[in-house]
Amino acid sequence: MAVKTLTIDGTLLSAREEQTVLQAARDAGIAIPTLCQLDGLSTVGACRMCLVDIEGTGRLLPACTTRVAEGMVIHTKTERLQSYRRMIVELLFAERNHICAVCVANGACELQDLAIEVGMDHVRFDYLHPECSVDISHKRFGLDHNRCVLCTRCVRACDEVEGAHTWDVAGRGTAARVITDMAQPWGTSETCTSCGKCVQACPTGALFIKGMTVAESRKDRSEIGFLVTAREKKQWVV
Amino acid sequence: MDLNELIELAEKEILGRKPLRIRICTAAGCLSSGAKAVKQAMDAAVQAAGLGEQMEVSEVGCMRLCCEGPLVAVDPENTLYQRVSGDQAASIVASLNGGGPPSATKGDFSQPFFTRQKAIVLENSGLVEPERIESYLAVGGYQALYKCLRELTPAHVVEEITASGLRGRGGAGYPTGVKWGMVAKMPAERKFVVCNADEGDPGAFMDRSVLESDPHRVLEGMAIAAYAIGASQGYIYVRGEYPLAIRRLETGIRQAKRLGLLGSQIFESSFDFKIDLRIGAGAFVCGEETALIHSIEGQRGVPRPRPPYPAESGLWGCPTLINNVETFANVPAIIREGASWFASIGTEKSKGTKVFALAGKIKNTGLVEVPMGTSLREIVETIGGGAPDGGTIKAVQTGGPSGGCIPASLLDTPVDYESLARLGSIMGSGGMIVMDQTTDMVDVAKFFMEFCMDESCGKCIPCRAGTVQLHRLLSKIGSGQGTSHDLATLESLCEMVKHASLCGLGQSAPNPVLSTLAYFREEYVARLRDHAEGNGRASAAQSAAL
Ligand SMILES: Cc1cc2nc3c(=O)[nH]c(=O)nc-3n(C[C@H](O)[C@H](O)[C@H](O)COP(=O)(O)O)c2cc1C
Ligand code: SF4
Ligand code: FES
Repeated sequence: MAVKTLTIDGTLLSAREEQTVLQAARDAGIAIPTLCQLDGLSTVGACRMCLVDIEGTGRLLPACTTRVAEGMVIHTKTERLQSYRRMIVELLFAERNHICAVCVANGACELQDLAIEVGMDHVRFDYLHPECSVDISHKRFGLDHNRCVLCTRCVRACDEVEGAHTWDVAGRGTAARVITDMAQPWGTSETCTSCGKCVQACPTGALFIKGMTVAESRKDRSEIGFLVTAREKKQWVV
Repeated sequence: MDLNELIELAEKEILGRKPLRIRICTAAGCLSSGAKAVKQAMDAAVQAAGLGEQMEVSEVGCMRLCCEGPLVAVDPENTLYQRVSGDQAASIVASLNGGGPPSATKGDFSQPFFTRQKAIVLENSGLVEPERIESYLAVGGYQALYKCLRELTPAHVVEEITASGLRGRGGAGYPTGVKWGMVAKMPAERKFVVCNADEGDPGAFMDRSVLESDPHRVLEGMAIAAYAIGASQGYIYVRGEYPLAIRRLETGIRQAKRLGLLGSQIFESSFDFKIDLRIGAGAFVCGEETALIHSIEGQRGVPRPRPPYPAESGLWGCPTLINNVETFANVPAIIREGASWFASIGTEKSKGTKVFALAGKIKNTGLVEVPMGTSLREIVETIGGGAPDGGTIKAVQTGGPSGGCIPASLLDTPVDYESLARLGSIMGSGGMIVMDQTTDMVDVAKFFMEFCMDESCGKCIPCRAGTVQLHRLLSKIGSGQGTSHDLATLESLCEMVKHASLCGLGQSAPNPVLSTLAYFREEYVARLRDHAEGNGRASAAQSAAL
């Protein structure tokens, strides 16, 4: 196993060559904000929260999809990166109807955590207030498009870990929506196994367990990573 | 098929020509202005005059001056007629048979629009019949492929393309030979060649025209590429909005297969190469190479982060060479004439020619092929004839929604990849839209932003949610409701979207805003609500509205 040495935020560290910059940073206790990444799932580099500045590349790269390389010098918290991250979170809040006070995930929401982390005290952009539907046709779970950030973690959890591929994305741009089967009510889906992995993977209150109160509604987002590690490495570690 | 047979077929085609040949453009531009009816009337007129022995009527491709279509040319004199209608057909035929001058309007092949152009990609366009392979063979078609298979090793072909200095015509200008070399070096068993014919930017129709006018040239270029990199399967990803290009490609592939120029054991060598079409459903983002690959694989057409680049991992994980239509169309000429010939045309870093689709407020709209390094002024003023109806040119937009607006004061800029990028625009695939003094630059920026917003795939947040907000800010400023605070937000959002988006669509979406801000900032400032009263010059749109 080859080892690479690199510098992240001034700290010289080593990483295994197959690791991503994000994994190497986390191993060294350096936190990089993420949203679309979830341990156990493939990475898509979509949310752009984890963008880092790697000297000599001339562009910003997502830490979650970028492999470590020998001698890399990486900055994860420049003023520019911080301002981009804050703007991305603002854009998400403006895009749909994220009203924490009436959200089932209040207090257990990664979007909310990110807003606090990036210091979002107000939103500079117009709230778009789109009309979004809520699908409660499934007997155990619900989908609230108002809260969806299109991270596609549900899509990947269902496809890669459960193997059902009930979820997908339809539509384009800001009109894109996650769908079940052929864009039909979740309750009528023939592929859904009701395993609930999508609900656990969801960072916000978009996917929820019906009948739970805000206080009860704590998701176990490490479940997917736990399952995959158990499967692939035969290690039952949390 | 061997070389002798190929040459025999070419000679037979040339010998079979009748003394007089009437060429009618049947590319999409002229078809839409009635070329089909002209063709029928011409056939009938020849028949009625009993001149079938001396005259032939051929359906050819684009003759470039699309705004004057339907275009008809008559050989051997090479006389051009423009805006020809069906009822003028008989008079043209009669004039060739010793009658008086025809009632059709004569065009002029000696005007600068034609004489200042240099044809490589379009060398056969308007001359060969796109639906007859024999016609392509008559101009030496497929002999470059023969030369590669019989005289050059794959490595030599890559070297030749590298030495020519050819760069990708799909937008980014990546050196073609270097890309071919990378794919060639990959040790994989299966590799693919893909031709990007998605051409989704508004105002661009170069690739469509090449495919409709000279499809075999692209097929031959792809086959040469396949030989060079070691692929046996190719795909052409062509947008569904181009039915004629699709039909002509299908016909071309069928004819080439029948002659053993595509398929198994081409020219009786061990080289196999098959080409299939994949029809896009009209999403701009599917022109982005990784989205295009997903689309061919049958998945949702969304981009993914690179690396890995398709050269390493493309279609079904195999090394894949993706080039633009025009890039492939250059290849047979480079092999035929040699790399040093090609490298002698253009500038130090941009070799060869570039085809532009000239449109907007310009006298001559149509296709223009010029050597790299030609000035914008030469293209729009000399070749394009300047703004019509006594207007003055205000700006030239290159690169479509990913490009920028270059003000008239910079028209002496040579068109090459670096010069355009330095001005905040890009060469792009070749759309060139001319704007006159009545054009409102905030509106232009808003138009392109609306396009990007509608075409954003929605995968990454900066582009998906950012373009919507940019569009709102532009609407707000455009309608006189914006403040200097909004302008500042617009600028910082542009910067973020440009640097944080996942693919080229989002990364370049702010370019039209940034370039109009750089050169026409006063048009933005003049309509801010908190802009000091009194010195507020009425903008073009406001004065137009008054
Ligand atoms: C949003 C977007 C749209 C694109 N559309 C096209 C297109 O329509 N045709 C094309 O050849 N390249 C297009 N490209 C560029 C391709 O990704 C790719 O770079 C090109 O096909 C490579 O060919 P070349 O090296 O011959 O230029 C597009 C890129 C982006 C980001
Ligand atoms: S930049 Fe736009 S088009 Fe490209 S991946 Fe992001 S959302 Fe999709
Ligand atoms: S966590 Fe890396 S892009 Fe979303």
